[in-house]
Amino acid sequence: MYRTKFSDHLVLILGSLFLCMPVVVAFMTSTHTAADIHMNGLSLAWGDNFIATYEKVLTQKGGFTGDITGARMVMNSLILGVGFAIGKIVLSMMAAYAIVYFRFPMATLSFWVIFTTLLLPLEVRIMPSYQVMSDLGLLNTYSGLIVPLLASATGTFYFRQFFKSVPEELLEAARIDGAGPFKFFIDILVPISRTMIAAIFIIMFVYGWNQYLWPMMMTTDESFFTLMRGIKSILQVWVGSNIPDYNEAFALAVLAMLPPVAIVVIFQSWFIKGLTESDK
Amino acid sequence: MAAIDISSVGKIYNGGVRAVTDINLDIKDGEFIVLVGPSGCGKSTLLRMVAGLEVISEGTVKIGDRAVNEVEPADRDIAMVFQNYALYPHMTVRQNLEYGLKNRKTPKAEIDARVAEAARMLEITQYLDRKPRALSGGQRQRVAMGRAIVRKPAAFLFDEPLSNLDAKLRVSMRGEIKRLQRRLGTTSIYVTHDQLEAMTLADRLVVLNGGKIEQVGSPLDVYHTPASTFVASFIGSPAMNLVKAELQGDRLAIGPSQISLNGYAPTSGAVTVGLRAEDLRVVSSAEGMPFTVEYVEELGSQRLAHGLVGDQAVTIALSGEAEITDGMRLSIDPSKLHFFDAETGKRLDARAPATAVAAVAEPVA
Repeated sequence: MYRTKFSDHLVLILGSLFLCMPVVVAFMTSTHTAADIHMNGLSLAWGDNFIATYEKVLTQKGGFTGDITGARMVMNSLILGVGFAIGKIVLSMMAAYAIVYFRFPMATLSFWVIFTTLLLPLEVRIMPSYQVMSDLGLLNTYSGLIVPLLASATGTFYFRQFFKSVPEELLEAARIDGAGPFKFFIDILVPISRTMIAAIFIIMFVYGWNQYLWPMMMTTDESFFTLMRGIKSILQVWVGSNIPDYNEAFALAVLAMLPPVAIVVIFQSWFIKGLTESDK
Repeated sequence: MAAIDISSVGKIYNGGVRAVTDINLDIKDGEFIVLVGPSGCGKSTLLRMVAGLEVISEGTVKIGDRAVNEVEPADRDIAMVFQNYALYPHMTVRQNLEYGLKNRKTPKAEIDARVAEAARMLEITQYLDRKPRALSGGQRQRVAMGRAIVRKPAAFLFDEPLSNLDAKLRVSMRGEIKRLQRRLGTTSIYVTHDQLEAMTLADRLVVLNGGKIEQVGSPLDVYHTPASTFVASFIGSPAMNLVKAELQGDRLAIGPSQISLNGYAPTSGAVTVGLRAEDLRVVSSAEGMPFTVEYVEELGSQRLAHGLVGDQAVTIALSGEAEITDGMRLSIDPSKLHFFDAETGKRLDARAPATAVAAVAEPVA
């Protein structure tokens, strides 16, 4: 039998240090003052400015117009992340349901058309999307932030594969039990997909949370700024003898990391189940 | 409760593959019909057409007095038990049983009463609040049957419900299905590839082959007078020995051996003869067919000796204590021979000449 050796642990310890150190450095540095950071660079030691920095970041009104706080940005990011994830799940589940369970002309073709859009990143269609949103008057709205990103080939693909693995007899039993297409979807398919939904939710939430380019184009009103934009705007003040507020940038970065981490920690058992197990 | 009338039913799949051809079957109210055949014979397709899960390409299916070709499965007043149980995994046993009734807007009190009754009948009352995954295979099968029973349908459809169970459980569940069906008196169609299951359960057997009915009849009828070599080899265990033989007047030649038929010969020339393993006797006289044993299967109560008569494989069933020696000779009562056309495999009836001979023989005696 294989016995673990010290070197095995060493490799794992080095690996986790390698992954964790940047986060630790960011957090530790954020507890120092901006001037301190400017003089001494990054720091691994605990500074004495923790409360002051985070309080300032969360509550101080800043930005160009001077009425956007860090808390507001966290809120916006949450709305974007959650709305994005839920919207994507609802849409892609329904699309996958149609593709898998209904026979309609060119079903396979439409699936592959959806699938090929996987190959196109958002950036490719960003101009037309912007034009459409602008014509609809949805610039600087939450709907405008979320809706254009919803159509999801990834989600549809995952759900399609999952639905295909659901035994045919379940549908037949439901048909005999008098469940129509709508009831079957709500009563049977959605509940048995819940681990899959959790997995997709995590992936999509993190993806939505980290959106940068699209929110930047869509929102000019600062009250719709997300955290990702906030970090950027802090570092943009390098004019004259101003020192950028490094500590605030780091604090915002740390804040930006928390919700995705929390979501992954909370849902991780479901996440792993959803991607590996098929309990039907 | 209702009769089911299947007339000229056929199934052609998209792409022109024909699965079922011209099935005519009158199922009486309360009858237990078993469709049996090898895999791919169309038995499941036929059942699924009755259930409404497959479109009926040709012919009509009537449940009661109503043609149901265009009726949704839910409105056909049938309940189905699937091979893999098809229980809803996220619902408790109780919810599984209730689901069909809820969808039909049955009053709550009535649902509760029916679920309680079905659970009591199937002895699953203590599992009502469990999820299916916490049940064993046999218990899941009971729940699946419960789901059918609570609906009080006109007909039960069983699609190989016992194939996923182990041998011992299969036997006891078989008994239970039979008992339950007797008690409820519900018309049932049961699909299986297991001839033993078919024999023990059926009021009437329907043997299917290649999408066509080979024979319909009570289990014993089918066993004693198989209509073709296919049925003969399919029903009964061990399978009936089918050997090539030649009828020469009143004598039957199997390889080098000759059997005197006492007037049972239905025709003359080349035929296929069926001999049941248990009808063959070991004899000491030189009259019998020489039998070379190749190997023996011990079943405890029986021994099956596999060997050759001439150059054709034959199996005989002997009692547990019977001795097996080299140079055994076999004989058989001519009335227990089955004759089949050598070309078509259809049964050639030996009965008519036999009774004629007996009638003639009587006054003489």
